[in-house]
Parts: sequence; structure tokens; C-alpha cells
Amino acid sequence: MFVAWRELWFARGRFGLMGGVVVLITVLVGLLSGLTAGLGARNTSAVAGLPADHLVFAADAGFADSVLGADVAQAWARVPGVRSATPVRISMTRAQVDGRSVGVAVFAVPDGSPLAPVRLRQGVAVVSSGVGGRSTLSIGADSYQAVPTSTEDYYSHAPVVWVTLPADAPATVLALSTSDIDLVAADRSLGTHTVELGDSLAEIGSFAAENGSLQLMRGFLFAISALVVGAFFTVWTIQRGADVAVLKALGASTPYLLRDALGQALVLLAIGAVVGTAIALGLGALVGSAVPFVLDLPTVALPGAVIVVLGLLGAALSIRRITSVDPLTALGSTR
Amino acid sequence: MSLSLNEVTLTYPDGAGRLTALDAVTLEVPAGSLTAVVGPSGSGKSSLLAVAATLVRPDSGEVSIGGTTTAGLSRAALSALRRRAVGIVFQQPNLLPALTAVEQLQVMAHLDGQLTRAARAKALLLLESVGIGELAHRRPHQLSGGQRQRVNIARALMVSPSVLLVDEPTSALDHERGAAIVELLAAHTRAEGIATVLVTHDTSHLASTDALVTLADGAVRSQ
Repeated sequence: MFVAWRELWFARGRFGLMGGVVVLITVLVGLLSGLTAGLGARNTSAVAGLPADHLVFAADAGFADSVLGADVAQAWARVPGVRSATPVRISMTRAQVDGRSVGVAVFAVPDGSPLAPVRLRQGVAVVSSGVGGRSTLSIGADSYQAVPTSTEDYYSHAPVVWVTLPADAPATVLALSTSDIDLVAADRSLGTHTVELGDSLAEIGSFAAENGSLQLMRGFLFAISALVVGAFFTVWTIQRGADVAVLKALGASTPYLLRDALGQALVLLAIGAVVGTAIALGLGALVGSAVPFVLDLPTVALPGAVIVVLGLLGAALSIRRITSVDPLTALGSTR
Repeated sequence: MSLSLNEVTLTYPDGAGRLTALDAVTLEVPAGSLTAVVGPSGSGKSSLLAVAATLVRPDSGEVSIGGTTTAGLSRAALSALRRRAVGIVFQQPNLLPALTAVEQLQVMAHLDGQLTRAARAKALLLLESVGIGELAHRRPHQLSGGQRQRVNIARALMVSPSVLLVDEPTSALDHERGAAIVELLAAHTRAEGIATVLVTHDTSHLASTDALVTLADGAVRSQ
């Protein structure tokens, strides 16, 4: 990269502008990624955090419309390979918490179930930190002693309240803990459909729509970054076509020239991505208390890495222009 | 070590037919000798240079550089031959704008994976030898036309070539500077045993040359 380094410095204005664009795109994608993860957690963390490996739904139903009778739960508990099948009833409602009305997601599980963050008993409501209750909580005509926890369980953008599920009451899903089980056969015989815990998140209607929109935006930003970097390096390569011809005439091999060109792109992208990621982390820390934002390095840094890879692919578009430069043009003025 | 062209013919597409740029040209340039190639525009001077520089494969005939026959060599092998054995002095200096004068020479060592302190010392010495040692750290836009041409020559000498191909080096210079450039080329040719071909349409600087070849219509008319 003898020539590439010196060109980076010599044309620092042009490369600085392009680097600025990479920084801005990285910031945008980093913030969007943190926000996507944050909003996703607000939708799914209570389900994703369940100590189970599969969820059982009624056939052709999702979280919104699945109803499973107590007999189904008992039948699943008897299926070979099922260590536990715990019914969970999920409902959205409003609760009165310390005199305030709060929208909550109620997760009702059997008395003493290990699914709740702390052991439940009759008349007690375990509330996640988003609810903010400290003494009493009432849902409809039922009053509970509130047990606050530091867990950040959310479902469909509402903080979760854990209460007991009356015996023989219908459930929304069954949380399964399994080993070596034929799920297809069990579903067929019991009239249910079972999915892995991670895949079950797509059954939350608001999550699928919201996440899809945000991922689409991220995808467009990634595509834009690849195209912008590709366009820049194509124009840059055209501008330095005469220099490439001279280097070829002097004996530069094609791999040497490609290493130079892609190395230059890698330096620009890496610096832009690192600076952009740092800014995104800083901005994420600033807005983290106001909006749902996941501020961890993998969430914010991964997009930076993707931008570097896609940018390199974009820069690779200019490779053909380098390989096709005729060294004879270096002698061109006298031909 | 010398340059030899034996019965070299080169044609270019020209409409429905082909234009003969070089017509069975035979040329022998011994080591330590400066041969001038003259002729009117379109006589084939630059085509001869391009073939000798391995930038164009002839239709027929044989080119030998420092004892290596170029026929049948791959593109990569030709590139390697150019960077190790051929020095090219372009008509326009063709310096890389981002590089200082000394870096223009160092890049030749870098192309060959030999970028060492010794290479830098050699580059500085070469710039001294062409009279611009004090300008080693200037970029092309900070040099005059004559100074750029001297960097161009020093760059060609950096690889210690067995063959030096010089393309109209005085075309952008006044008579006095042009004569100085040709004398400089002749001095390096003899001191380092290089087979040098000087293509020019300017016959006023030929006193320093050892041989004169006249081209017309792609063929050697006198030698």
C-alpha cells in the first residue's frame, strides 16, 4: 500500500468527505440497531426469558388467539420426553398500581411455578421494574400485594405482572422443557402446534410488524452504504486511471494494484466505521433513558462490521476498471 | 545485456483492414550504447517503443531483453520483466501526484518487494546524479517541467535496467534543457552499461548518441 497510503493523505479532503459519509451511515445504522434491539426487547423479553425450550400453541393460533384447556396441559405433561409443561395465560389489561393506572401484560402461571422471577403464591403479584409498583396492585376486582423486582420483563411494549393461574384455568401457551421428543407426533395427536422459544417471538403480532419495518430500514441503509462507497471508488478509480496505467507500464502486477485499491477502501471504511460506532455508542448512552435502546457493543458494533464488508464489496465494483486499464496509454501522448 | 528486435511486425485494426505499424523491423542495441530512433509522425517510433517495452505483443518476430525472449511469456511474467529489467522514460513525466520525488523512485523498489533503506539511499543518490537531490521531498506540482523530467529519468534508472526506453524526453523542454537531458541519458547509458533507445523527432540533440535509426512507414530506412 505504498501508493495507497500516500494518496489517502494527499487527497485527504476527498477521502475525508467520503469518510464522513461512512461515519454518518454507521451512526445511523448503529442507532437504528440499538433502537431495534431495544424495541424488540420491549416486545419480547418476557417470552424470550422464559426458562423453557419450546412453546405450545393451539393449532393455527398465535399469542393473540391461542387457548389451551387444562386437559391439553395435562396431556402434554404425559408425552415422553417432556420434563415439564407449564401453562401460561397471557393477557393485556390495565392495572391500578399505587393509585395509578398502568397498562400491563399479565402472565399468569400456576402457584409456585419456576417461570416467574420469584416464587408466586396466591394474592401476590410479582411486578417487573417497568410497572413501578411498591405496595398494592389491582387488576379488575382482584387485589394483589405487589412484590417489585429488578427484572425488566416486557411483552408487547407493556411491563409484565406475574400472578397465579387458577387450577384448571385455560392457558395461552404451554412452556415446555423437553429432551428427545417427537414434537410433530405430539402436535398431531394433541391438536396443537409447537415452536422453539426463539421462533415463537414471531407469533407476537406487533413484534413481527415492527421488527420487519426496522430491519427493512437497516437493510436499505446497508445497501445505500455499499452503493455510495462503490460509486466513490469507481469515480476515484476513473480519476486515477492515468496513474494506474503508469504503474502498470512500470511493471506493477494486477494483484499489487488491487491490494492497493482495496486496502485504501478498507482503511477508509474501518476508520469511518470505528468513529461512527463510537458516536453511536455515545448517542445511545445519552438517549438510553428516554427511549428503549440496547447499548452493548455487539448490537452497535456489528452494523459497523457489516458496513465495512459491504463497502468493500462496493469498492470491488471498481476492480474491473483497474484490471482493464491499458498500460499503453502511459505512452499515449506520442501514439 | 542488450535489446534486440528481430523481424518484428506489428499491425493495428484500421477499419475493415489492418494498419502496419512496424514492418519486419530488426534492431540491435548493445549494452552501453545509446541508439536514437527518428522519423516523422506515424513512422512507427512509438510502436517500436511499445513493443520493446513489452506493452504490446508483436504479430510476428522476436523481442529479446537482456537475453530473455519475450514471446510466450505470460502477462505477469512480462510485468516482472518490465519492473526488473526495463526502464521507461515517458514523454510526459507521468509522475504520481501523491508522491514526492524520492518516493517516485522508491515505488519502483516497492513494486518489486524490495523497499529497503538501501533502496531509499539509492533513490536519493540517483536524484543527486540527475542534479535534483535537494528537491527529493517535493511533489510533482512543486517541480518545474525540466525537474519533473529528471525525476522521470531517475525513476527509470532506479531498477538498474538492462534496457532503457526513452520516449521524446525533450519535447516539452527548451533546447538547452533538452540537450542537458540527452547528455545525462548518454552518461548513464555508458556508465551503467545500459542498452538505451531514444525515440525522438528532434535531431538537434543527436551528438551524444552512438547510433541512429530512421523509421518511415513502419520500416527501418537507414541504420
